Amino acid sequence: MSNSRYIIEVKHVSKEFEDGTLVLNDVSLQVEKGEFVTILGPSGCGKTTLLRCIAGFQVATSGDILLNGEDVTELPPNKRSVNMVFQKYALFPHLNVFDNVAFGLKLKKVDRNEIEKRVRKALKIVSMSDYELRDVDSLSGGQQQRVAIARAIINEPEVLLLDEPLSALDRKMRADMQLELIEMHKKLGITFIYVTHDQEEALTLSDRIVVMKDGKIQQIGTPTEIYNEPQNCFVADFIGESNILDAVMVKDWLVHFCDHDFECTDAGFGTDQEVDVVIRPEDFYIKSLSTNPSPEGEGEKSPWQLRGEVTSCIFKGVHYEMLILTEEGYELSVRDYRCFEVGEKVQLLIKPEDIQVMQKECLYNTFQGTVLEDNQVEFLDEAWDVSERTADRFEVGEKVDIEVDFNHINLQDDEEDGVLCGEVKSILYKGDHYHLTVVTDEGDLFYVDTKDIWDKGDRVGIKIAPSWIRLYKVES
Amino acid sequence: MELFWKNKDLDKRRFWAVPYIEVLVFLVVLPMIMIAFYAFTNGAGHFTFYNFVQFFTQSDAINTLIYSFGIALITTIVCLVVGYPAAYFMATRSFRIPAVMIILFILPMWVNFLLRTIATAELFGLVGLPLDENALIFGMCYDFLPFMIYPILTSLSKIDTALLEASQDLGATRLQTFFKVILPLSKPGIQSGVIMVFMPTVSTFAISELLTHNKIKLFGSIIQESINSGVMLNYGAALSLILLVFINLTMLLGKNADKESSLH
Repeated sequence: MSNSRYIIEVKHVSKEFEDGTLVLNDVSLQVEKGEFVTILGPSGCGKTTLLRCIAGFQVATSGDILLNGEDVTELPPNKRSVNMVFQKYALFPHLNVFDNVAFGLKLKKVDRNEIEKRVRKALKIVSMSDYELRDVDSLSGGQQQRVAIARAIINEPEVLLLDEPLSALDRKMRADMQLELIEMHKKLGITFIYVTHDQEEALTLSDRIVVMKDGKIQQIGTPTEIYNEPQNCFVADFIGESNILDAVMVKDWLVHFCDHDFECTDAGFGTDQEVDVVIRPEDFYIKSLSTNPSPEGEGEKSPWQLRGEVTSCIFKGVHYEMLILTEEGYELSVRDYRCFEVGEKVQLLIKPEDIQVMQKECLYNTFQGTVLEDNQVEFLDEAWDVSERTADRFEVGEKVDIEVDFNHINLQDDEEDGVLCGEVKSILYKGDHYHLTVVTDEGDLFYVDTKDIWDKGDRVGIKIAPSWIRLYKVES
Repeated sequence: MELFWKNKDLDKRRFWAVPYIEVLVFLVVLPMIMIAFYAFTNGAGHFTFYNFVQFFTQSDAINTLIYSFGIALITTIVCLVVGYPAAYFMATRSFRIPAVMIILFILPMWVNFLLRTIATAELFGLVGLPLDENALIFGMCYDFLPFMIYPILTSLSKIDTALLEASQDLGATRLQTFFKVILPLSKPGIQSGVIMVFMPTVSTFAISELLTHNKIKLFGSIIQESINSGVMLNYGAALSLILLVFINLTMLLGKNADKESSLH
């Protein structure tokens, strides 16, 4: 046995499918013995592919996977000491519960009495003791799931891989099974790697969560870290409800958003740096404006930072979910146990520790292009007009760096009206505008800030006014 | 209220069954009764066991029956041995190859099987092969192979690939996965394939007539000749009835054996 501290090490693994799509993009991950790690992400983010690479059903295009310090990247699944619980259980319909669970042991030619003993034990762990002779088709979804788990743990794997095992169960059943999984994990003491798209499930179950998007790991951390200190907008938006706003880090400990300055607990971003901030809806303090009118004029400065009006209030069981439109025109989602009527004027307070400041992934769209004649530049294989007289600064054929602000990209309903065509891939609401990611048909990305409402999947034409295309000399 | 409507609806739909019932009565039940009637009567219409006595005392007819079962059995086995790998190949390869193969298998089916059999006989003559028992078995397999392939292909394509992955995940090699998962799960396909090949081959006569120039007589040939001769119509009916009973017995035995094996 190796003395490696990590039971699984994924080193710079990339996976490209035959059609050329990059499903995993340089993924690295280390899992300690006995950990419960959840891989979380929206569908198509590569989480299942990562799990299947660890199980051996798919071979990474590049990179290594180490199991207990040994390279298993190209080892077939039947030679790996990991077992998998499949999404739709994948129980053998021609075998009864006992034979399903005993499948792995029978292959290993284990002694008959031993098989019986171990099957009983495994079925006991998943509380399915009395079902040995039942047909698997006669079991409910939850029961089939238990049998699938028993079948996977009977081989005593070092790692148990679970591919969205609860997705086919109803809500109540899922909650019960979650608790049971935690129990089983404790009892068995083996490593669990769990794939899900359900952020609540991930928060409930895991020691650590790996958040993925587009084949890349976005953040790895404990549930509290992921929730309270998301590293970027995607994580903040994907895990729980959140208000994500454009902000400027004025200086250390001071951030500016919603047209106000706020104290915060972050530093080291530099001065006047554009950032994103996240405020969870439950972190707002809210009170009615009318019950305690703040003194007008030059009096003592009120600690309540924002004023606004309730535009919607929905009862959610434990709390009310409200939308507040601030006087400055920002829409914020706020949660409170008390109900504030629609139309009511309210005040909001945010404590410094509840403001999570995040680096922006990028500040503007950047492209590389070539100067053409007649005040045009070429980038992304298209010719674009610019308002600048290019001859003044550049030669024809010179390479240039191009920048375009997010809010100066013009999206057209009619694809024909744009210089390029694309599809809206993701939408992020930022209080007073939407931040869209648009993928062109050639696969290039445009980030767009707009007040217009678009839907995910909308086809758009992309246009940029000549005056908003900035050209820079390429620094050699 | 909704239930009421549904019931009324159902009542109405009962009438839809009338044409099918008519077909069943006139084309299945009535002929069966007639076969039974002729089998137990003589030419004058009097009740008799003579036809059956004649069969069971003539070793000729009994031998032909056994021979026919033997040929049908060989045909079924050959079809299974050739058809299963073909079906497996079609079920597991990429989408385009099966489409091409299915067309290749269907194309000859568009030609009437008598024409195909005559063509086969010509082909044997052309190559210089004798028209004997081998030719007969070849012709039968050629005619009935698709009936073996399709049901197996259907049951193989229905197998969830996750099951194969689960088997591999639990430590099975490809060979073990085949014998422990794929083969048992394709059993329904094998069963219907066997029935669809065995049943018609045991009673066929045209193929043997055309492919051996009537040198080899199958049970079907005897029935056909008896009935065609006119004078032995009642004997032919008795033979048909006997064949029917034997086929049913075979199927019943197969079913029971299957039930027992699934119990253990």
